[in-house]
Amino acid sequence: MDLFEYQGKQLFGRYDIPVSPGEAVTTVDGAVEAAERVGFPVVVKAQVQVGGRGKAGGIKLAANAEECRTHATAILGMDIKGHVVEIVWIERASNIAEEYYASFTLDRSAKRHLGMLSAQGGVEIETVASDSPDAIAKVWIDPVDGLTEDVAREWVAAARLDPAAEDGAVDILLKLYRAYVDGDCDLVEINPLILTPDGKVHALDAKVSLDNNAGFRHEWQEYEATQERDDREQAAHEADLQYVGLDGSVGIIANGAGLAMSTLDVVNQVGGSAANFLDVGGGADATKFVNALSIIDHDPRVRSIFINIFGGITRGEEVANGIVAALGQIDIKSPIVIRLDGTNADEGLAILEPHLGDQLQVAPTMLDAARKAVGLANR
Amino acid sequence: MSIFVDEHTKVVYQGLTGSQGKYYGGLNRAYGTQVVAGTNPKKAGSLVDGVQVFATVTDAVNATGADASCIFIPAPGVRDAVIEAAEGGVSFIVCITEGVPAHDEAWFYNKLKRDFPGVRLLGPNCPGIISPGKCNIGITAGHIAKSAVPGEHNVGIVSRSGTLTYQALYELQQQGIGVTTCVGIGGDPVPGTSFIDCLEAFEADPETHAVMMIGEIGGSAEEEAAEFIRTRMQKPVAAYVAGQTAPAGKKMGHAGAIVSGGKGTAVAKMEALRDAGVRVGANPTEAGELMVEIIKDR
Repeated sequence: MDLFEYQGKQLFGRYDIPVSPGEAVTTVDGAVEAAERVGFPVVVKAQVQVGGRGKAGGIKLAANAEECRTHATAILGMDIKGHVVEIVWIERASNIAEEYYASFTLDRSAKRHLGMLSAQGGVEIETVASDSPDAIAKVWIDPVDGLTEDVAREWVAAARLDPAAEDGAVDILLKLYRAYVDGDCDLVEINPLILTPDGKVHALDAKVSLDNNAGFRHEWQEYEATQERDDREQAAHEADLQYVGLDGSVGIIANGAGLAMSTLDVVNQVGGSAANFLDVGGGADATKFVNALSIIDHDPRVRSIFINIFGGITRGEEVANGIVAALGQIDIKSPIVIRLDGTNADEGLAILEPHLGDQLQVAPTMLDAARKAVGLANR
Repeated sequence: MSIFVDEHTKVVYQGLTGSQGKYYGGLNRAYGTQVVAGTNPKKAGSLVDGVQVFATVTDAVNATGADASCIFIPAPGVRDAVIEAAEGGVSFIVCITEGVPAHDEAWFYNKLKRDFPGVRLLGPNCPGIISPGKCNIGITAGHIAKSAVPGEHNVGIVSRSGTLTYQALYELQQQGIGVTTCVGIGGDPVPGTSFIDCLEAFEADPETHAVMMIGEIGGSAEEEAAEFIRTRMQKPVAAYVAGQTAPAGKKMGHAGAIVSGGKGTAVAKMEALRDAGVRVGANPTEAGELMVEIIKDR
């Protein structure tokens, strides 16, 4: 789950990481009032979960109330790469002497946490990594040991920041690591981390991504409420289904994440494209199929539906009964193609048999079913 | 032979008294797995379908000689459960539980490596492991797996995905090909057992003649496996990588299945595997057919 910048800064604030004073607002008047409280000059920053805000005109400096009103009017409602700006963050403008980069994330290959620090901040770290990889100082941290002050100090020295920034950087990195671990973050990133002319180090931006699996030990309802989801994803989220919205015309339901992914692949290989990823999970509860089918059928992109089931411990006839029961409860507009294989597939197919017709078809293999579903979608 | 578990493996189920633990523990036992104990600190002394429940893994190991554990504990308790199993003295831990925080996984992976170097963890978020005809720990349907036949060409399977693993087992069974061991390493960012751990064990197992590998998007485990195959393996490998059409930046069901910053794509993984001499199928069916070809050609 990705946070907005202002939420990231609020999180940083709880760990005493210095950030500029500011307020998140949703209206132009609110922006001007916030700016008066924060103190001019202010920066008006679009809150969207996508990179390149600055280039798109989503970050503007305002010296007075009039400028703040002009910028807030322009930015609120602005479309940045498909993300509509609904919130702006008003913060006091900073004087910048140097711009650095700092982040922590999990290095899956090393199976340890990876800290990255660079004296070349304010640009995309991927660009630094490809153009001048030596400019990024890396440290791998064993989660059992954590980040010690000695290691942080060596790491900061290796990054060759301005000497005036060293103590402040060590302090912030230790706090940032604590925020990263205690906060169950997949990623914390400060870009830029700035040194001011008067020698203070502070976070001018905040990019935070949380590990949804750790939600049970946090109060994340506020972040949940501001998640950017389209209508389909919101409905799937409420039904507790593993769903990802895509742009194609074949709706997908499969039991298992791997099978669902490979269903997208196969649809693509026979010349179609999937409207979604949906893992309905194990078991054969009719309610799950009702939820899954209604979310997919409400999607205006969908022209056909491909249900791909492999029976393991959940047997074919149980799944078939679940699907038949679901179809008895809701009307589905798009034609459905089912591939049912594995444990007791024949028994399952026998249950489906009386219901087969133009609206409900079966196919013996994944590829056959994909061809049928794509053919129906392209009619 | 089989890798990691066989007919002598004695398993304690942490969470045997819960609905999942009871259900799958019962199925594993019916399959022939030596389900020797369960644990639940509040229900020590009770029985679940005739299996004795102990307060701790240590008690269970002392009383029954269990050498493996299977965890069906809900995600918030997994970190403690893994350490309890290691301290209790088992050498193989299978964690089925889905939804374990990545920071917990990274922590107990390193904790085990440092303090319990002889202990192997499989999972979390995995279907478990089956050595057909000998031992089934986890949630795989035992009847879709054909036992390895001594003297014939048998296959080992290692996979990040559950359902695709079942499909591979089933397709091999339909073709009359036996499986020595099928290991589901799981779809999380920090799996306790890696592709390489399994490939190394299969390479050393005289009854395994070829390996089927099922990967998916996210991370670089497939690329690392490819390098191992290229430099250290003689046995043939067939593979499939799920998620060729997955969009970047989205977790595809599994916590670890995400393409981020252009890294972890299926295309890059398939290329790395092909470069290592692996026969790579465009879809699971094709990979199964390639595996059959490999076996029938020998």
